[in-house]
Amino acid sequence: MAELREVCDICVVGAGHAGCEAALACARLGFETVIFTVSVDSIALMPCNPNVGGTSKGHLVREIDALGGEMGKNIDKTFIQSKMLNSSKGPAVHSLRAQADKAEYSRAMRKVLENQEHLTIKQAEVCELLVEETAETSEFSQRDKKIVGVKTFTGTVYECKAVILCTGTYLKARCLCGEAITYTGPNGLQAANHLTDSLLSLGIEMRRFKTGTPARMDRRSLDFSKMEEQFGDERVIPFSFSTDPDEVQIDQISCYLTYTNEKTHDIIRANLDRSPIYAGIIEGTGPRYCPSIEDKVVKFSDKDRHQVFIEPEGLHTNEMYVSGMSSSLPEDVQLAMYRTVPGLEHCKIVRNAYAIEYDCIDPKQLYPTLEFKAIKGLFSGGQFNGSSGYEEAAAQGLIAGINASLFLQGREQIVLDRSQAYIGVLIDDLVTKENFEPYRMMTSRAEYRLLLRQDNADLRLRQIGYEVGLVSEETYQAVLRKKEMIETEIARLKNTIVGASAKIQDFLMRHDSAPLKTGASLAELICRPELTYEMLSEIDTERKPLPTDVKEQVEIEVKYEGYIDRQLKQVEHYKKMEKRKIPADLDYNEIGSLRLEARQKLIAYQPISVGQASRISGVSPADISVLLVYLESHRGKETKKG
Amino acid sequence: MFVWQNFVNKVCKSEICNFAKAKLCPRSHECSGMVISMKIDTIAAIATAISDAGIGIIRVSGEEAVSIVQKIYQNKEKKNVLDQYASHTIHYGFIMEEDGTVLDEVMVSVMKAPYSYTMEDTVEINCHGGALMMKKILMAVIHAGARMAEPGEFTKRAFLNGRIDLSKAEAVMDIIHAKNEFALKTSVKQLRGSVYDKVKELRDQILYEIAFIESALDDPEHISLEGYEEKLSNQVFSIMEELEKLLVSADDGRILKEGIRTVIVGRPNVGKSSLLNLLMGQERAIVTDIAGTTRDALEETIRFGDITLHITDTAGIRDTEDVVEKIGVERAKKISEDADLILYVIDSSEVLDKNDEAILKLIEGKKTIILLNKSDLSEVTNQKAIEDLYQKVFDYDGQFLTDKADSVSLLRISAKEKEGLDALRAQIEDYFFHGKIMSENELYITNVRHKEAILEAVESMRRVRQSLENHMPEDFYSIDLMGAYASLGKILGEEVGEDLVNKIFSEFCMGK
Repeated sequence: MAELREVCDICVVGAGHAGCEAALACARLGFETVIFTVSVDSIALMPCNPNVGGTSKGHLVREIDALGGEMGKNIDKTFIQSKMLNSSKGPAVHSLRAQADKAEYSRAMRKVLENQEHLTIKQAEVCELLVEETAETSEFSQRDKKIVGVKTFTGTVYECKAVILCTGTYLKARCLCGEAITYTGPNGLQAANHLTDSLLSLGIEMRRFKTGTPARMDRRSLDFSKMEEQFGDERVIPFSFSTDPDEVQIDQISCYLTYTNEKTHDIIRANLDRSPIYAGIIEGTGPRYCPSIEDKVVKFSDKDRHQVFIEPEGLHTNEMYVSGMSSSLPEDVQLAMYRTVPGLEHCKIVRNAYAIEYDCIDPKQLYPTLEFKAIKGLFSGGQFNGSSGYEEAAAQGLIAGINASLFLQGREQIVLDRSQAYIGVLIDDLVTKENFEPYRMMTSRAEYRLLLRQDNADLRLRQIGYEVGLVSEETYQAVLRKKEMIETEIARLKNTIVGASAKIQDFLMRHDSAPLKTGASLAELICRPELTYEMLSEIDTERKPLPTDVKEQVEIEVKYEGYIDRQLKQVEHYKKMEKRKIPADLDYNEIGSLRLEARQKLIAYQPISVGQASRISGVSPADISVLLVYLESHRGKETKKG
Repeated sequence: MFVWQNFVNKVCKSEICNFAKAKLCPRSHECSGMVISMKIDTIAAIATAISDAGIGIIRVSGEEAVSIVQKIYQNKEKKNVLDQYASHTIHYGFIMEEDGTVLDEVMVSVMKAPYSYTMEDTVEINCHGGALMMKKILMAVIHAGARMAEPGEFTKRAFLNGRIDLSKAEAVMDIIHAKNEFALKTSVKQLRGSVYDKVKELRDQILYEIAFIESALDDPEHISLEGYEEKLSNQVFSIMEELEKLLVSADDGRILKEGIRTVIVGRPNVGKSSLLNLLMGQERAIVTDIAGTTRDALEETIRFGDITLHITDTAGIRDTEDVVEKIGVERAKKISEDADLILYVIDSSEVLDKNDEAILKLIEGKKTIILLNKSDLSEVTNQKAIEDLYQKVFDYDGQFLTDKADSVSLLRISAKEKEGLDALRAQIEDYFFHGKIMSENELYITNVRHKEAILEAVESMRRVRQSLENHMPEDFYSIDLMGAYASLGKILGEEVGEDLVNKIFSEFCMGK
């Protein structure tokens, strides 16, 4: 039988949120890219929650957008409700979340892919990775293999120079609804059952994770009068920095809030033995931070109720998503449990809640560039790397796509650090820390979050996107202009001194602010908790009109200057250790004074910097001191081998 | 095994070197400021006090510890078989001289890496005490191929090899450089971890609050921050209080470790030098009857019972036309400003004059003990006269000595008859150690680096309180909570910075 052989630059395996970003980045950077999916109809599918963004995830979407990714633009085209979460709290935790029309989101993304130059969509299951031994093999380098292509189930070979694995939850997937088990991917889609074996034979370590999704209900069977209606924001802020805000002021669809009660919890407790997790049928580890309703009832046993949000799945469907009540309990228990919730008494379930189990990797096998340490040219992103969530997946897909392209261009790959982006935190955590459950982005994971705000993602990352080649010259110049406007205005506020005139004192009195004794700069007044930049316009006669986003940055940077400065100091300290690079060929066995556990961990993780090494669990500060001493004594010298 | 091949250290300029004192310092006194390179060699030193105690220990550590000692050790069958012994065993035998004669009868213990203090192969030779014997055996070990250890080098290796954390390593350095028994006790306590435990406890409390805020940020549905501000405010207050206690102890701790900077002042010829001599137990300063014989300030470190005093005797303070003496007086003023304690000597057989007025002004606000000397002679100046002088100088309306008893007190002594010393010591203890110097439960921070870290933590906590008062959102005060957490981590060695590692290494190289 004649074997079909195709040639391209990069193969992307999987067309979910990671795969789409990866493939678009590669194709946009000029590489002939083929994206594989088991079903073209499932491109950018949202098999779980019908929203994009949320606390810390909204940050990720903004960062993806700033770097030149697609997710933000796509949700701006297809959202049906939008809200800035935590707007009563500090600017660091403001987070944008939009309800998506799922079908539209998927369709819009497919359209973008289909019209992207250099990008080919192929419906096929990739079964095998093709690798070659490299000449670069050395005693201290694990990198003895490089990727040369992939093979599909039908036997076609695609020769390529880089592969990005974004298999999501499809590898050897099985879905569980109580005792009922099906061997499919999400939504009954075909699972990918062959690639795991190929990965194992290449020496890649696999593990098994699980996640779950709640039921979908028929809108007509729900009584919304017993729930609290949840509206979108009056003035919608788009996700993408390139979307014109005036274009997203649409008529929004409401969500609804209701609560579980003791009756709900009693039913769950009484049937815990029928839950595949508690009965031990599920071997995969689930996400602690996106818990099933069973988990919540067990974990927060003192709470007499939990929030349940009823969210529309789209404009052209009656299906409603029951957020906060994902479950793997059997169908009869699910129905009984859901029907105890006010408003859901007569609910009809369209799709049952289920848990899904799948193969993924231990991401310590990856460099922070998302390239496999052991196989040159093999990259991966998304749930395959042990994360959870659309946004986390898209962020990794984008970075994997960028780095695969930079790799082919022979340029230095990018690693965002923890002080640059949530994406940096996400990837550093994945490849450095031990994760025993699907990794979900959370605000608390970012230690420098006051700097990593969703409002300044463009200021932080546009330049990197520009240097990579995904952000246009025009967009980049716009950001530079914005930066300049912000700096000029801040300088003006600091240099404009107002005296203790009657007008000023009257203004202060009206705003419950202490009167001035001597002159003060406008910046000093903005620092007062009770005053804002906007309020000051009354006494700030020199002020020129500025764009809203510039005014926002000015206010935040002036008002929180002290805090931002202190965080910058912390970053400085952190960066010192990040800058101490560890040579890739460092032989840890040569450092006799390292403790055994630390040595094993360092060999396994191969950190790229002393900073990364210090975050590996099992590596103590004393080990880091030893490492520093060793590096210091070898600085500028050729590393001795043997 | 690689340890710190060619690691280059700057030798610091400390004057205290046990090895130099014992005339064993390998590089005598030339090494100050010199750059040396450390090799992966085997080191040896006398591990016990160099005295005429019954038993002494010579410790040898490094890759060749066993083979080096094997060259000079024979068991009772006259065999050199040290390398055949199992780890953590002790053996009877002899240290032999090159000509085959027995140097000493010893017990030798073998501890193989990594189960020793340094985590290297270690051999300890338990020999008969006596400075000469220990020196001879050490020389034999050196001759067999070991290098004389730097002060603290065993500890340095223990630290580098991951055996102990920074806090413990520093405490060991303090023991090596402890100047008196109390300093030693504090160091031992720190080594055992009492400061470590206290700081860890406070740091954990801060971590708990950080974790709580973060959980609330992540899961606002289940974890509410309602009413939390007040709770946190109380907690911050209590942590600050504890930290400030440690800070106060840092000053006490310095005094314990470094001694009390004491200045003797008084008009010429009131008996200052006699007092110093009495405290010293020997004649040192020039003592004459001619006023103004002590031209320069004399500095002496003495052990006064359990306390270390660094005493400066000053030129008698008085209006003087003598230029040379004038310089002495200026210095006295300067020294008084830096002092922890003033001993103000007054000749009770003479009346007070305007020089005494000048002195009172000079020492205002300092912890002062007024010593009415020459109590053996008939008293002309008494407590009443001094009270009057205070009232006059400070325009004070009350009983100064009674009102300011916590910083000024009056004692009668006779330097000539050696009377009043016990009362003086009791008064000093009362001033500096709140009369509780012996308490085992007091925690003393004796390290400057630790004090700085605690100061930073206090500053961060102060900012947290300010943010709370301004009702800033919770993610703002967590920045400063993190700051405090990191600062305290420096003490525990859990925040490793490159600067810190360098700083510690320079401290490790104290001595010479």
